Amino acid sequence: MPQRRWAIMALLELTGVTKRFGGLTAVDNVNLVLNEGEILGLIGPNGAGKTTLFAIIAGYLKPNEGKIVFNGVDITGKETHKIARMGMNRTFQVVKPFSDMNVVENVMVGAMMRNASVKRAREKAMDALEFCGLAHRADYLGRELTVANKKRLEVARALASDPKVLLLDEVMAGLNPSEVRDAVEFIHRIHARGVTLLVIEHVMEVIMPISHRVAVLNYGKKIVDSDPKQAVSDPEVISAYFGSTDEGRGDASC
Amino acid sequence: MDKKTIQVKSLFRPAIIVPAAVVLVLCLLPQFIKGYPLHTLTLIILYAALGSAWNWLGGFAGQASLAHAVFFGLGAYINSMLQVHFEVNPWVAMLVAMAGVGIISILVGLPVFRLSGPYFSIATIAIGEVVKIIFINWKATGGAVGMYLPIRESSLLNFQFNDKAPYYYIILAFYFVAVSITYWLKNSRSGYYFRAIKEDPQAAKALGINIVQSKLLAMVLSGMMCAMVGSFYVNFTLYIDPDNVFRFMTSVQIALIAVLGGVGSVWGPLIGSVIILLLSEGSRAYLGGIGAGLDFVIYGLMIMLIAIFQPNGIIGAVENYRKKKRLKKRQMQEATDAAKEVGDHGAA
Ligand SMILES: Nc1ncnc2c1ncn2[C@@H]1O[C@H](COP(=O)(O)OP(=O)(O)OP(=O)(O)O)[C@@H](O)[C@H]1O
Ligand SMILES: [Mg+2]
Repeated sequence: MPQRRWAIMALLELTGVTKRFGGLTAVDNVNLVLNEGEILGLIGPNGAGKTTLFAIIAGYLKPNEGKIVFNGVDITGKETHKIARMGMNRTFQVVKPFSDMNVVENVMVGAMMRNASVKRAREKAMDALEFCGLAHRADYLGRELTVANKKRLEVARALASDPKVLLLDEVMAGLNPSEVRDAVEFIHRIHARGVTLLVIEHVMEVIMPISHRVAVLNYGKKIVDSDPKQAVSDPEVISAYFGSTDEGRGDASC
Repeated sequence: MDKKTIQVKSLFRPAIIVPAAVVLVLCLLPQFIKGYPLHTLTLIILYAALGSAWNWLGGFAGQASLAHAVFFGLGAYINSMLQVHFEVNPWVAMLVAMAGVGIISILVGLPVFRLSGPYFSIATIAIGEVVKIIFINWKATGGAVGMYLPIRESSLLNFQFNDKAPYYYIILAFYFVAVSITYWLKNSRSGYYFRAIKEDPQAAKALGINIVQSKLLAMVLSGMMCAMVGSFYVNFTLYIDPDNVFRFMTSVQIALIAVLGGVGSVWGPLIGSVIILLLSEGSRAYLGGIGAGLDFVIYGLMIMLIAIFQPNGIIGAVENYRKKKRLKKRQMQEATDAAKEVGDHGAA
C-alpha cells in the first residue's frame, strides 16, 4: 500500500455519473473520489470515456445522471468559468492555445483569473513559464510552438490561475522514453506546489510511476480503482486494456 | 546621463512618434482645409470613430456585427427626440442617448450572443431591418420623413456653429476618446479576455472567463460610442431620417473600415475610413448616379479580397512581412531544439 502523506479529505467526489451520446453510453455510472493532495491516474483504452468524464467535471457537458461535489459544493451542471474560479482547471487533449497571442499573453489570461492587474499577471505568467520550462519561448505566438510545447503552454496557463485541482488530459502523449522521465519529474514538481492532480494518460508506463492510485475506465465503466501495482496486475484490466490496444477503437489523441 | 539618453530614445520610439505625428496632423488640418473637403474630413473621422467602436466588439471579441448603424442611428434619434419634444440641451441629450443605447445593447446582446460566427452576424442584420421598419412607421419620430433639429445660436453649449471647424474638432475629440478606449483595451484584463474569447471560447471558459459577460461589456462599450457619434451626427447635419441613419450599407461600411484597417489595431480604422470614404465620395463625384451602386460592388470585392489575402487588414499586412521571417526562424529553432534535446538524452 502507498503511504498516505495527506489528511484524507475528498476534494472531488463523483457519484453515479452517467453521460449518453444518443445510443452510446460514454460514461456509465461512475463513482470516483479524488482526495486532497493526491495524484490520481485515470487510464483506459481509446474511447473509454476519460476525456468525456473531464468535460463533465469541468462543466463542459451536463451529465444525464449523477452528482459532482467539489470542495463541499455541488457543482453538477454549474458553468465552466465558475468551476474554474472555484479552483479546478483542466487542460485539453486536443490542445487549444490562443494562436494569435504570444506565449506570455496566453499564460497571462490564466493569471488574470486571480490578478486584475496586467502587470501582476505578466509577472505571474513569467513565473509559470519559468516553472514549465517555456520561458525561452515567451514571445513566440501560440501557433508557432511544437505540439509538445503547446501542451506545456496549456499546463502553464492553468497553473498561472493557482488551481487547487488540475485535470491533465494526456499532456505526455507522444513523448519518447527520455522525455517521459522529464514529464514524470514535471508532474511531481506540480504536485509539490500543493496541487491535487487527476491525470489521464493512455500509456501505463507513464501513469504508474506518478500515481498514488489508479482508476481504470473501460467502455465508460470504472472497472478498477486501486493502487497502481494492483491495477496493472488485475486480470480485468489486462484483458480490457491491453487486449484492446491492438484493435484500435478510433484514436482521438492528437 | 546614460539614463537620460535612454529615456529620450524611448520617447522617440516609432510606437510613440507615429501616433503623436498623426494626432498633430489631425489637429492642424483645419488650418489648411476648408469647405467641402473639411466636411469630408469630418465624416472620415466620424467613421473612424465608428470603426474603432466596431473593432472592440468585432475585432477584439470576434463578434462581427452588421448592425452598428443601428446603435449609431438610435443615438441620433434619441438625441433629436429629446431636443425636439422635450427641449433638452444637446449635450445632456447625448448622455441620455448613450445610456439608452447602452441598455438597449444589453437587451439585444443577451439573446443574440447565444449565436456564434455567421449566425450572430445574420441575426444582427435582421435586428437592423426591424429597427428601420419601426422608425419608418413611428409618428413621434416623423416616420419616413424624419426629423429636423431647431436652429439655435452658434455656441458650444448649443452644439451648433456657423463654421465647420468646431464640428471637426468635436468629432476629433470623440474619436480620441475611442482611440483611448482601444489603447486601454489593448492593455487591460478586459481586452485580454475579449481576445481570448475570440481565439478559443472553450479554452477561455476553462480559465474562468465569463463569456457572456465579456461580450456584453464589448457590446455596451461599442454601442455607447456609436450613440455618442450618432448624437454628433444629428447635431452636425440637423436632420435625420430612417433611410439615412439605419442603412444596412452603413453597417457594412463600419465593419469594412475596421477590417480593412486591421482588426484589433488602434489606428487601423482611421486608415480604413480614409480609404472607404474617399472611395465612396470619389465614386459619387465621378460616376454620379451609377456610382452609388458601384460602391456596393467594390465593397463586396474588398470583403472577398481581404478574406482571401489579408485577414488582418492593412496594419496586419505591414506586420506580416516581419512576422513571416520570424516564423521561419522560429520553426527552425523549435526543430533544432527538439533534435538537440533528443540527442542530450540519448547521450545521458
Ligand atoms: N460530443 C460527442 N458526441 C458523440 N459521441 C462522443 C462525443 N464525445 C465523445 N464521444 C464518444 O464517447 C466515447 C468516449 O470518448 P472519449 O473521448 O471520452 O474517450 P477517451 O477515453 O478520452 O479516449 P482517448 O484515449 O482516445 O482520448 C467515444 O466513443 C467517443 O466517440
Ligand atoms: Mg481522451
